[in-house]
Amino acid sequence: MNSKTRQVKNQDHFVAPYDAGVSFDELPDSAPSSRYKPSPTGWIGMAIVGFWVTIAITGPFIAPYGENDLPFPDAYSEFQLPQPGAWLGTDVSDRDILSRLMYGAGRTIGISFAATILAYMIGVVLGIGAAISGPKVDMVLSRINDAFLSLPTIMLGLVVVAALGSSIPLLICTAGVIYATVIFRLARALGQEIMVMDFVEAAKVRGEGRWWIITREIWPNAAMPLMTDFGLRLIYVILFISSLSFLGLGVQPPQADWGSMVRENLGALQYGVSIIPVIAPALSIATLTVAINLVVDDVSAHSGGKLSKRL
Amino acid sequence: MARQQDEVVFETRDLKINALRDDGTELPIVKGVDFKVRRGEVVALIGESGSGKTTISLSSLGYCKPGLKFAGGEALLLGNNVTEMSTEDLRPYRGEKVAYLAQSAAATFNPSLRINEQVTEAPILHGTKTREEANAKALELYHALELPDPENIGDRFPHQVSGGQLQRLMAAMALCGEPDLLVLDEPTTALDVTTQIEVLKAFKQVIKEEGAAAIYVTHDLSVVAQIADHIVVLYNGEVKEAGPVDTIIHSSKHPYTQRLMAAIKPLPEAGQGEETKDANAKSPALEVRGIDAGYGKGSDGEPAAMILRDVSVSIDRGKTVGIIGESGCGKSTLARVFAGLLPPVRGDIFLDGDKMNGDLGSRPRQQLQKIQFVYQMADTALNPRQRIRDILGRPLEFYLGLTGKKKEQRLKQLLDMVELPYAFAGRYPHELSGGQKQRVNLARALAAEPEVVLCDEVTSALDTIVGANVIELLKSLRAETGVSFVFISHDLSTVASFADEIVVLYAGRVAEQGLTDKVLSAPNHPYTKLLMSSVPEARVGWLEETIGTKESSAGIGGGVTMTDTGCPFFNRCPLAIPGTCDVTSPPKRMPSEKHVIECHREISELT
Repeated sequence: MNSKTRQVKNQDHFVAPYDAGVSFDELPDSAPSSRYKPSPTGWIGMAIVGFWVTIAITGPFIAPYGENDLPFPDAYSEFQLPQPGAWLGTDVSDRDILSRLMYGAGRTIGISFAATILAYMIGVVLGIGAAISGPKVDMVLSRINDAFLSLPTIMLGLVVVAALGSSIPLLICTAGVIYATVIFRLARALGQEIMVMDFVEAAKVRGEGRWWIITREIWPNAAMPLMTDFGLRLIYVILFISSLSFLGLGVQPPQADWGSMVRENLGALQYGVSIIPVIAPALSIATLTVAINLVVDDVSAHSGGKLSKRL
Repeated sequence: MARQQDEVVFETRDLKINALRDDGTELPIVKGVDFKVRRGEVVALIGESGSGKTTISLSSLGYCKPGLKFAGGEALLLGNNVTEMSTEDLRPYRGEKVAYLAQSAAATFNPSLRINEQVTEAPILHGTKTREEANAKALELYHALELPDPENIGDRFPHQVSGGQLQRLMAAMALCGEPDLLVLDEPTTALDVTTQIEVLKAFKQVIKEEGAAAIYVTHDLSVVAQIADHIVVLYNGEVKEAGPVDTIIHSSKHPYTQRLMAAIKPLPEAGQGEETKDANAKSPALEVRGIDAGYGKGSDGEPAAMILRDVSVSIDRGKTVGIIGESGCGKSTLARVFAGLLPPVRGDIFLDGDKMNGDLGSRPRQQLQKIQFVYQMADTALNPRQRIRDILGRPLEFYLGLTGKKKEQRLKQLLDMVELPYAFAGRYPHELSGGQKQRVNLARALAAEPEVVLCDEVTSALDTIVGANVIELLKSLRAETGVSFVFISHDLSTVASFADEIVVLYAGRVAEQGLTDKVLSAPNHPYTKLLMSSVPEARVGWLEETIGTKESSAGIGGGVTMTDTGCPFFNRCPLAIPGTCDVTSPPKRMPSEKHVIECHREISELT
């Protein structure tokens, strides 16, 4: 009979796979981990970040003039237009804008980076500490943190700098402490989430000490989300430091820094001479922060699916 | 509405669905499927995970999961091909003509809205009913689904009703708009057997009454036998066999269907398990006596929520003790007491006859080594950032002090024992499948060379066939290593096939315990009887027979409630004696040696 022969044929076709014990459920959740490959936007972001980091490190050595040198000492005039010898023109004190941008890059990026690192050290240690300690320690740390969080960041920065004077180490500490509050919350939430996972309990049942649990079970799982956040946090700190400088409380003249450069040269807009003295540092801040964002987005999009699955 | 019988509500013609791979190529997932659903008919799509059954059922909504696309053929809903419609065109169909019931009711309901609002949302939104009409329809459905207090249940929030009730309310939500087609995706898989009966019964009745057509997606043939009219057996995206339920269940021809039939768990029957008659009367490996334990801190030093009351269990060396009961009966709590994660308020724990501290922190390493815990969810029990080598290597190093070559050798043996290739040692857990992860989970417990392994619902999260393989592995490991197992499950048939002794827990108390053979044969505690009669059989008509018996009519519908006095099973017991059972704690009756039933009724009344 026709139907019978068809059935037999069918059998031959499918018996092999399931008798061999292969079924869809036996496939792993994901393929053996692939290396991170940036997308086009990721590449653009990385190129820009790479460019600024190079400038930040080498700026003082390759800048055409010194930070406070005048390119045209014989023809003093503020806000000169771009011309050979000063490719971005000169600023309010007739200094070369290009050179100051290059000096400022190191200062802006360096201070922000140091402050973010400091914020992470404080925030992560206390945050994970609060998560794994008893409810009393957690309560005390969290309430102190809430108090700090409730203060407007710029105001707090203003008060500290106004009271203690402005210096670069103080700037780093101020920004570090202010941003540690946000990281504390993040680290605490991550820590709490991981603390209740079965594998942490399994480690406790095994009899592992607290140190092992923190360093081997919790930290590796918290590190990745914290890294992704690092980039974003760095952006906020750059903007914060620049804002303080813009308000005159950050990096002090005659030292160059992108935020203070915008403030110094505001007059150029007022007199309608040239917009370059203001736009150049502002654009530098913008390109750097946007580029960091592109990289962060790309990295987290790559690890996103897996990350959420792991946690 | 003209609803004529025999009208084809949904039909697929050579339906093909492909998955899109990363490199742009397409992988066929559904390879030309034909079936019809007529009005008033329930068609079951059955197959193991990955067979494409959910994907096919979703095609009736014109929906493909992300990464999939319709590759050919037609899916006709009321004669219209939904595979070619835009989201805008589909809107009048979804929720109005076709409704979808997901597996998890808890995830379907919005926790912050009242139930009635959510049940009536679809018809009001589609403008097919006014608010009054929708409310009236909802009320009618609450009655039809036999929900308690139908007049007021709609005013509650989702967390204020039980899991089985929520599952039925989800059916009300789907049926409120009087859809032509209902898609049910494993709606009873996550439920206890007793709740499952109750939900199946309500579904079956309401589908018949409403005259809707339904697609029922499941992997469980015994459930299908109760509810479906037609069965479509799927494997790997192809129809292997299709036909009326009687034919498929009682005289299936196709080898794949027969294999599915074989994977049905055997009914819990007496005569399983081994009699313990060894002469070496050593002390049990692990024993608890008179345990009271609970969570939280009350005012008088007692736990705020007392879970376990006066529980005594002993686990003999090399034997397997199964602990069963519905969810919320304290099974996992008991395991946590064994493991030292929850120190009991009263009672003692003995390891090898020596008294052991109830708190994990004050147990020496040798004691910790002897009791190992295997978690239900391998996904969360294995650290995702550690390779299998590190996960298994740590207990070897920690308890046995193995390092270097010796450790690697032992690691290889362990992977061998759980039937995994040695190459997996370098992988991360997410690079393994669910069943493989559960094997690693087991291997980690065995790495410590324990005396007792506590298995908490180790197969519940797995597919039937994969779960059956894990049980086979456990059996061979038991024979190989001589380790004692505590096997916790709500699935009586799995426990019955694996355990030497069974402890039936109800609301934190031991209802019955003894050798498997004794527990599963008369005399029984009424609760044991209820559990046994609730395991679905793969034959047509079982559901009707069972819900007619007095055990189940008394037992289903009630929930597990913890009581301070009397027998907690009082409110669901067909043999309850008012004035006695609800006031005084039941005495321990021993129909034979090592067989304990805690009940006020005489043994002769319990047969």
